[in-house]
Amino acid sequence: MTVADIIKLLNATVICGEEYVQREVHNACGSDMMSDVLAYVKDQSVLLTGLVNPQVIRTADMMDMVCVVFVRGKEPDAAMIELANERHLVLLKTDCRMFSACGILYSSGLSGGTD
Amino acid sequence: MAEIISLSYDVPGDDFTRAGEASSNMKKLLKKLGVSQEAIRRAAIAMYEGEINMVIHANGGVIDVKVDEDKIIMVLKDTGPGIPDIELAMTEGYSTAPDNVRTLGFGAGMGLPNMKKYTDEMTVDSTVGVGTTVTMVVNL
Repeated sequence: MTVADIIKLLNATVICGEEYVQREVHNACGSDMMSDVLAYVKDQSVLLTGLVNPQVIRTADMMDMVCVVFVRGKEPDAAMIELANERHLVLLKTDCRMFSACGILYSSGLSGGTD
Repeated sequence: MAEIISLSYDVPGDDFTRAGEASSNMKKLLKKLGVSQEAIRRAAIAMYEGEINMVIHANGGVIDVKVDEDKIIMVLKDTGPGIPDIELAMTEGYSTAPDNVRTLGFGAGMGLPNMKKYTDEMTVDSTVGVGTTVTMVVNL
Protein backbone atom coordinates (compact mmCIF):
# COMPACT_ATOMS: atom_id res chain seq x y z
CA MET A 1 0.00 0.00 0.00
CA THR A 2 0.96 3.66 -0.11
CA VAL A 3 1.01 6.33 2.58
CA ALA A 4 -2.11 7.72 0.89
CA ASP A 5 -3.89 4.40 1.62
CA ILE A 6 -2.93 4.70 5.30
CA ILE A 7 -4.41 8.19 5.38
CA LYS A 8 -7.72 6.85 4.08
CA LEU A 9 -7.78 3.74 6.29
CA LEU A 10 -7.04 5.62 9.52
CA ASN A 11 -8.93 8.77 8.56
CA ALA A 12 -5.61 10.48 9.24
CA THR A 13 -4.53 14.07 8.79
CA VAL A 14 -1.27 14.92 7.03
CA ILE A 15 0.90 17.10 9.27
CA CYS A 16 3.78 17.36 6.83
CA GLY A 17 5.32 15.56 3.87
CA GLU A 18 2.23 15.78 1.63
CA GLU A 19 4.50 15.44 -1.42
CA TYR A 20 5.62 11.94 -0.35
CA VAL A 21 2.22 10.30 0.23
CA GLN A 22 2.48 8.16 -2.92
CA ARG A 23 5.47 6.29 -1.47
CA GLU A 24 5.05 2.55 -1.13
CA VAL A 25 5.12 0.99 2.32
CA HIS A 26 5.14 -2.72 3.10
CA ASN A 27 5.89 -3.14 6.80
CA ALA A 28 5.05 -1.27 9.97
CA CYS A 29 5.63 -1.36 13.70
CA GLY A 30 3.75 0.16 16.63
CA SER A 31 5.61 1.19 19.77
CA ASP A 32 6.01 3.95 22.32
CA MET A 33 9.44 2.57 23.21
CA MET A 34 12.05 3.86 20.78
CA SER A 35 14.61 1.47 22.29
CA ASP A 36 12.50 -1.43 21.06
CA VAL A 37 12.02 0.12 17.64
CA LEU A 38 15.80 0.41 17.30
CA ALA A 39 16.35 -3.11 18.60
CA TYR A 40 13.79 -5.18 16.77
CA VAL A 41 12.71 -3.37 13.66
CA LYS A 42 14.04 -4.29 10.27
CA ASP A 43 12.90 -2.74 7.01
CA GLN A 44 9.71 -1.36 8.47
CA SER A 45 8.70 1.82 6.75
CA VAL A 46 5.91 3.02 9.04
CA LEU A 47 6.08 3.75 12.76
CA LEU A 48 2.86 4.08 14.75
CA THR A 49 3.37 5.71 18.13
CA GLY A 50 1.69 7.63 20.92
CA LEU A 51 5.01 9.14 22.00
CA VAL A 52 5.63 12.75 21.09
CA ASN A 53 9.21 14.01 21.26
CA PRO A 54 12.02 14.70 18.75
CA GLN A 55 13.56 11.28 19.36
CA VAL A 56 10.59 9.71 17.55
CA ILE A 57 11.60 11.57 14.38
CA ARG A 58 15.28 10.76 14.88
CA THR A 59 14.50 7.08 15.42
CA ALA A 60 12.40 6.96 12.25
CA ASP A 61 15.21 8.71 10.39
CA MET A 62 17.86 6.26 11.65
CA MET A 63 15.67 3.35 10.52
CA ASP A 64 15.12 4.89 7.04
CA MET A 65 11.37 4.95 7.60
CA VAL A 66 8.94 6.72 5.30
CA CYS A 67 6.10 7.69 7.62
CA VAL A 68 5.26 8.23 11.31
CA VAL A 69 1.65 7.97 12.46
CA PHE A 70 0.75 9.61 15.77
CA VAL A 71 -2.17 7.75 17.32
CA ARG A 72 -4.79 8.93 19.83
CA GLY A 73 -4.79 12.39 18.27
CA LYS A 74 -1.28 13.24 19.49
CA GLU A 75 0.28 16.33 17.92
CA PRO A 76 3.99 16.83 17.21
CA ASP A 77 5.40 20.29 17.96
CA ALA A 78 6.97 22.71 15.46
CA ALA A 79 10.53 21.48 16.12
CA MET A 80 9.51 17.89 15.33
CA ILE A 81 7.76 18.96 12.15
CA GLU A 82 10.85 20.89 11.04
CA LEU A 83 13.03 17.85 11.72
CA ALA A 84 10.65 15.63 9.75
CA ASN A 85 10.64 18.06 6.82
CA GLU A 86 14.45 18.00 6.72
CA ARG A 87 14.35 14.17 6.66
CA HIS A 88 11.58 13.99 4.01
CA LEU A 89 9.35 12.07 6.41
CA VAL A 90 5.57 12.06 6.24
CA LEU A 91 3.92 12.78 9.61
CA LEU A 92 0.28 11.75 10.08
CA LYS A 93 -2.10 11.93 13.00
CA THR A 94 -5.17 9.86 13.64
CA ASP A 95 -7.73 9.72 16.43
CA CYS A 96 -7.51 5.90 16.34
CA ARG A 97 -5.92 4.26 19.36
CA MET A 98 -2.75 2.24 18.89
CA PHE A 99 -4.36 -1.21 18.90
CA SER A 100 -7.10 -0.22 16.46
CA ALA A 101 -4.74 1.63 14.13
CA CYS A 102 -2.35 -1.34 13.96
CA GLY A 103 -5.26 -3.76 13.48
CA ILE A 104 -6.79 -1.77 10.65
CA LEU A 105 -3.47 -1.54 8.78
CA TYR A 106 -2.56 -5.18 9.41
CA SER A 107 -5.91 -6.47 8.19
CA SER A 108 -5.53 -4.28 5.11
CA GLY A 109 -2.28 -5.98 4.12
CA LEU A 110 0.49 -4.08 5.87
CA SER A 111 2.75 -6.64 7.52
CA GLY A 112 4.73 -6.58 10.74
CA GLY A 113 7.89 -7.44 8.82
CA THR A 114 10.28 -10.28 9.39
CA ASP A 115 11.51 -11.37 12.80
CA MET B 1 44.18 1.72 4.20
CA ALA B 2 44.07 5.43 3.61
CA GLU B 3 41.85 7.44 5.88
CA ILE B 4 39.13 9.03 3.82
CA ILE B 5 37.47 11.17 6.43
CA SER B 6 37.73 12.04 10.10
CA LEU B 7 35.06 13.81 12.15
CA SER B 8 34.56 14.90 15.72
CA TYR B 9 31.25 15.70 17.38
CA ASP B 10 30.59 17.31 20.75
CA VAL B 11 27.54 15.76 22.36
CA PRO B 12 25.87 18.22 24.74
CA GLY B 13 24.73 16.52 27.94
CA ASP B 14 22.03 18.85 29.08
CA ASP B 15 19.50 18.65 26.27
CA PHE B 16 17.77 15.38 25.50
CA THR B 17 15.90 16.92 22.57
CA ARG B 18 19.23 17.42 20.75
CA ALA B 19 20.46 13.87 21.34
CA GLY B 20 20.94 12.23 17.97
CA GLU B 21 22.13 15.31 16.10
CA ALA B 22 25.65 13.92 15.75
CA SER B 23 24.40 10.55 14.48
CA SER B 24 22.07 12.23 12.06
CA ASN B 25 24.90 14.38 10.69
CA MET B 26 27.15 11.35 10.31
CA LYS B 27 24.38 9.50 8.49
CA LYS B 28 24.03 12.34 5.98
CA LEU B 29 27.77 12.45 5.43
CA LEU B 30 28.05 8.69 4.87
CA LYS B 31 25.32 8.97 2.26
CA LYS B 32 27.32 11.66 0.45
CA LEU B 33 30.40 9.41 0.56
CA GLY B 34 28.41 6.71 -1.19
CA VAL B 35 28.57 4.15 1.63
CA SER B 36 26.02 1.30 1.26
CA GLN B 37 22.61 1.90 2.81
CA GLU B 38 22.89 -1.17 5.05
CA ALA B 39 26.26 -0.09 6.50
CA ILE B 40 24.96 3.45 7.00
CA ARG B 41 21.92 2.22 8.85
CA ARG B 42 23.92 -0.08 11.13
CA ALA B 43 26.49 2.61 11.94
CA ALA B 44 23.83 5.30 12.45
CA ILE B 45 21.69 3.19 14.79
CA ALA B 46 24.71 2.08 16.85
CA MET B 47 26.01 5.62 17.16
CA TYR B 48 22.54 6.98 17.95
CA GLU B 49 22.13 4.49 20.80
CA GLY B 50 25.57 5.44 22.09
CA GLU B 51 24.79 9.12 21.81
CA ILE B 52 21.55 8.66 23.76
CA ASN B 53 23.51 6.77 26.45
CA MET B 54 26.02 9.61 26.71
CA VAL B 55 23.22 12.11 27.26
CA ILE B 56 21.28 9.92 29.73
CA HIS B 57 24.18 8.67 31.81
CA ALA B 58 27.29 10.77 31.31
CA ASN B 59 26.31 14.40 30.71
CA GLY B 60 27.47 14.21 27.12
CA GLY B 61 30.91 13.62 25.64
CA VAL B 62 32.79 13.50 22.37
CA ILE B 63 32.33 11.18 19.38
CA ASP B 64 35.13 10.71 16.87
CA VAL B 65 34.31 9.02 13.58
CA LYS B 66 36.83 7.78 11.03
CA VAL B 67 35.87 6.34 7.70
CA ASP B 68 38.42 4.57 5.56
CA GLU B 69 38.08 2.37 2.51
CA ASP B 70 36.88 -0.70 4.35
CA LYS B 71 35.40 0.37 7.68
CA ILE B 72 33.70 3.00 9.83
CA ILE B 73 35.23 3.45 13.28
CA MET B 74 33.25 5.30 15.94
CA VAL B 75 34.82 6.21 19.28
CA LEU B 76 32.44 7.54 21.93
CA LYS B 77 34.21 9.02 24.92
CA ASP B 78 32.66 10.45 28.06
CA THR B 79 33.81 11.48 31.52
CA GLY B 80 30.66 10.22 33.22
CA PRO B 81 30.25 7.90 36.21
CA GLY B 82 31.61 4.81 34.42
CA ILE B 83 30.08 1.31 34.25
CA PRO B 84 30.80 -0.85 37.34
CA ASP B 85 29.85 -4.16 35.69
CA ILE B 86 30.14 -4.13 31.90
CA GLU B 87 28.90 -7.71 31.49
CA LEU B 88 25.72 -6.86 33.41
CA ALA B 89 25.28 -3.64 31.42
CA MET B 90 25.45 -5.71 28.20
CA THR B 91 22.46 -7.83 29.32
CA GLU B 92 19.31 -7.12 27.32
CA GLY B 93 16.73 -5.44 29.53
CA TYR B 94 19.15 -4.34 32.27
CA SER B 95 18.91 -0.59 32.73
CA THR B 96 20.03 2.00 35.25
CA ALA B 97 18.29 4.83 33.41
CA PRO B 98 16.02 7.02 35.55
CA ASP B 99 12.24 6.68 35.13
CA ASN B 100 11.89 10.02 33.36
CA VAL B 101 14.01 8.63 30.52
CA ARG B 102 11.52 5.80 30.02
CA THR B 103 8.73 8.31 29.49
CA LEU B 104 10.84 9.63 26.61
CA GLY B 105 10.92 6.21 24.93
CA PHE B 106 14.35 5.04 26.09
CA GLY B 107 15.85 3.23 29.06
CA ALA B 108 14.69 -0.28 28.15
CA GLY B 109 18.15 -1.72 28.63
CA MET B 110 18.64 -2.29 24.93
CA GLY B 111 21.26 0.35 24.17
CA LEU B 112 24.56 -1.49 24.62
CA PRO B 113 23.26 -4.89 23.36
CA ASN B 114 21.84 -3.12 20.34
CA MET B 115 25.14 -1.34 19.65
CA LYS B 116 26.90 -4.70 19.71
CA LYS B 117 24.28 -6.27 17.46
CA TYR B 118 24.58 -3.63 14.75
CA THR B 119 28.39 -3.41 14.65
CA ASP B 120 31.10 -5.85 13.62
CA GLU B 121 33.33 -5.06 16.59
CA MET B 122 32.66 -3.29 19.85
CA THR B 123 34.82 -2.72 22.91
CA VAL B 124 33.76 -0.97 26.13
CA ASP B 125 36.49 0.47 28.30
CA SER B 126 35.17 1.96 31.52
CA THR B 127 36.51 3.08 34.88
CA VAL B 128 34.11 4.04 37.66
CA GLY B 129 34.44 7.72 38.47
CA VAL B 130 36.58 8.39 35.40
CA GLY B 131 34.44 7.67 32.33
CA THR B 132 33.65 5.31 29.50
CA THR B 133 35.03 4.86 26.00
CA VAL B 134 33.08 2.74 23.54
CA THR B 135 34.75 1.84 20.24
CA MET B 136 32.63 0.43 17.45
CA VAL B 137 33.56 -0.75 13.97
CA VAL B 138 31.27 -1.33 11.01
CA ASN B 139 32.96 -3.07 8.10
CA LEU B 140 32.20 -1.79 4.63
